[in-house]
Amino acid sequence: MRDANKTIKGTMRNVPIMEIKNIVLRFGGVVAIQDISFDIFEGEIRAIIGPNGAGKSSMLNVINGFYHPQDGEVWFRGKKRAAMKPYQIAHQGIARTFQNIALFKGMTALDNIMTGRFTHMRKGIWSQIIWRGAASQEEYENREIVEKVIDFLEIQHIRKTPVGALPYGLQKRVELGRALAAEPQLLLLDEPMAGMNVEEKEDMSRYILDVNSEFGTTVALIEHDMGVVMDISDRVVVMDYGKKIGDGSPDEVRNNQAVIDAYLGISEK
Amino acid sequence: MSADFLYTIEVILNGLMAGVLYALVALGFVLIFKASGIFNYAQGVMALFAALTLVGLQEGRVPFAHLINAVFGTHVHNFEWTLPALAAIILTVFVMILFAICVEKLILKHLVNQEPIILFMATIGLAYFMEGFGDLMWGSDVKKLNVGLPQGGSFWFEDLTIGWAAEGEKFYGMYVDVLDVWAAIIAVVLVLVLTIFSQYTKSGRALRAVADDHQAALSVGISLRMIWVLVWSISGFVALVAGMMWGAKSGVQFSLSLIALKALPVLMLGGFTSIPGAIVGGLIIGAGEKLFEFFVGGFIGGATENWFAYVLALLFLVFRPQGLFGEKIIERV
Amino acid sequence: MLYREVGEFKTSYSEDSQTFPIRFDKYRYFFVLIVGLLFVPFVINDYWAGAVLLPFLIYSIAAIGLNILTGYCGQVSLGTGGFMAVGAYASYKLMTAFPDLNILFIIIISGFVTAIVGTLFGLPSLRIKGFYLAVATLAAQFFLIWLFNKVGWFYNYSASGMITSPSRSLGTFLITGPDATPAAQYLFCFLFVFLLAWVARNLTRGKIGRSWMAIRDMDIAAEIIGVNPLVAKLSAFAISSFYVGVAGALFFSVYLGAVEVTEAFSIQKSFIVLFMVIIGGLGSIFGSFAGAAFMVLLPVALKNLLVLQFGWPVDIAAHLEFIIIGGLIVFFLIVEPHGLAQLWNLLKQKLRLWPFPY
Repeated sequence: MRDANKTIKGTMRNVPIMEIKNIVLRFGGVVAIQDISFDIFEGEIRAIIGPNGAGKSSMLNVINGFYHPQDGEVWFRGKKRAAMKPYQIAHQGIARTFQNIALFKGMTALDNIMTGRFTHMRKGIWSQIIWRGAASQEEYENREIVEKVIDFLEIQHIRKTPVGALPYGLQKRVELGRALAAEPQLLLLDEPMAGMNVEEKEDMSRYILDVNSEFGTTVALIEHDMGVVMDISDRVVVMDYGKKIGDGSPDEVRNNQAVIDAYLGISEK
Repeated sequence: MSADFLYTIEVILNGLMAGVLYALVALGFVLIFKASGIFNYAQGVMALFAALTLVGLQEGRVPFAHLINAVFGTHVHNFEWTLPALAAIILTVFVMILFAICVEKLILKHLVNQEPIILFMATIGLAYFMEGFGDLMWGSDVKKLNVGLPQGGSFWFEDLTIGWAAEGEKFYGMYVDVLDVWAAIIAVVLVLVLTIFSQYTKSGRALRAVADDHQAALSVGISLRMIWVLVWSISGFVALVAGMMWGAKSGVQFSLSLIALKALPVLMLGGFTSIPGAIVGGLIIGAGEKLFEFFVGGFIGGATENWFAYVLALLFLVFRPQGLFGEKIIERV
Repeated sequence: MLYREVGEFKTSYSEDSQTFPIRFDKYRYFFVLIVGLLFVPFVINDYWAGAVLLPFLIYSIAAIGLNILTGYCGQVSLGTGGFMAVGAYASYKLMTAFPDLNILFIIIISGFVTAIVGTLFGLPSLRIKGFYLAVATLAAQFFLIWLFNKVGWFYNYSASGMITSPSRSLGTFLITGPDATPAAQYLFCFLFVFLLAWVARNLTRGKIGRSWMAIRDMDIAAEIIGVNPLVAKLSAFAISSFYVGVAGALFFSVYLGAVEVTEAFSIQKSFIVLFMVIIGGLGSIFGSFAGAAFMVLLPVALKNLLVLQFGWPVDIAAHLEFIIIGGLIVFFLIVEPHGLAQLWNLLKQKLRLWPFPY
């Protein structure tokens, strides 16, 4: 359990970086998200949990622009966000990973992570055509940042390996690396530990905690593994059938009867 | 009725007839696409190859005669016999089944789980191979195909329609090729047979199961490779019918495989997974391109049939990517 | 001479990202340049220029162009022949309308004209993918050819419907027209190949190249890293079409000299260039050269061997060509989707370890 009142890099807690207000998302007749509101504070690790089909992934997809809600607002850094395409949202400083790895299979681990720097590279097409000078300079500067990410995730040895040839756990790590390379203000992780063994989960948890404490990155994650979620997150939103049924610190959520009933099944007590 | 109106009807009628032939080739595409997700570019060349084989067998030509003569310095060309049309057709069906088995063994087996676009390019390679192979086997001269279907205009229909024009208008009756009418009838029969096959036979049910859900079909014990051979054989048969019609109409030659390209826009219009779509798409393209040529073509240089179908399909695609009857493509994130 | 680096001693990122990391490769590259520039022009004759070298150089440009679109950005196009025709007719109209304009600029402007047309036909790629798009590009192919064939303005209303390249020179050297020397034409094309290959290498190794490959590998993931699919796809179409347009302009003005559009730029051209890309290697610039060389040399070799040596009829050689090319396409897609370029890399990997493979 982490201290909910600590400060990170001088930023006081409880400043919302993102506010979700009354989001409603429907697919035809199916209601995926029903009037959900919550906020994400700057510098915290925020978890969204819930049983299968609760609408967690849909929520992430709303945040990073794949789905456009029928109703409700998303506020980012104190401003209401207009309907945006995913790539525009990426330029705002929101990065994410996917439940089933979405790496670029034809590229090496290094190139995959380099793509994460896309939003930070500004040189136009003409300087890229000439390459020598401006464009190569920019490339090497960004390469340096990418190498830091690679060091951080301890994947130096697979730099030049095509990602398709990597084992699952390492692919997950490369995908995290791609998101980190973007130096995001808000990092969305969709089941970062799905399909991992205990050891890999511990590694991944450590990376998430380190990212949060070392770089001060705000993290919002979806996870199935209750144990892990309770250990690493500051606050937890619980969803069930598209509705919010709980919100608060891990302890509060753990003791919330509605959550226990919905998520863990009606208890025998 | 005014003559202009009657001419328009005639144009539509002939367009629809041509459309039936497009639909026939498109049908072969749809069958393979439904069962295996492969966009078989070689369907047109299969029609050409089937027609070549049919003519070759019927006339008793020696396969690879050119090559044999070149290598051994001989002068073989024809066997001493010719085959009746029906026997040649049956033999050609066997050749197409053999072809399906080869395709499965040599190509498809090795490309399981590849990206659709890789499979598409592989069928382009196959088309090239078949073009060369067919010509090498039977020679590249333009061949006449005669399986006993009647040809020429229908006088009966011309006489019937001549009376429709108003008094004093110059109209000499509508021209309809009897062969086209036969093609339409055969197409209808073919679709009926295919429907009955897929609804009431065991293989047909397996085929539909695979089209519906590969994984599920595999898990109930349907052999995917068997299905592929089956569906390529059926498409080979459809190709033979299409090749026969076209061959009878305009001779068996290389350009047949290019005309078959027209089936692609037909599919764009009708959707890749729908048999009725292939037929309606074919009819729309057939009638549409003739009408466009009739009304607009004259002002802009003519020969608009070359591109009308493609541009129509392109515009259509941009606004309705799944085609008229195709299932809506939903992308999951 | 051992073919290897002696361990990882790179001390800067620029060293790590060089085009030819091994010294021997660098030497060979300069060797090819020197032979190409200082030796070939003095021995070149009409046969070698016409049958091998000019088509090889020009097809290389077209193949690099299509490789940018198909190999790097993953958008299959069957409209290459049509776009080459745009380049050819643009250069013809420019040459006849502005007799004083330098041929160098004419070729480059033709490239830009084609880039605009290509971008226009690339617009549907925003809605449709894969073979849907491939079939949609057929619309470009057939429509453009029809346009150039039927609308008199494009061929200056010449009676034959053909376009013929007037004589133009660069400095004192005639580049186009019947009196141009093969050496001058060869060097002119060589210049374009060198520059365009260099540009392609720079574009594909940086930010733009990665955005293309991201779109190719997974368009959804590309969006979340900030790639605008519109910009990535249309830039690939534009740049690819520029290359194809330059190739078309050179093909007409320098190589053929006179062109009948339905013959020279038919759908077969589209396939030939696509095959170069597949056989050479999708997503490899070296592969584009290898594929172009293969597709240019195969018919020449078959003709020399079968027709001139064995005395077989020409049509058998032509049929065998189809069979071999078709078979190879399938073979490469099954065994090695990265084509000759990857085979070459594997060979180099083996060489690096030789003679101690373990």
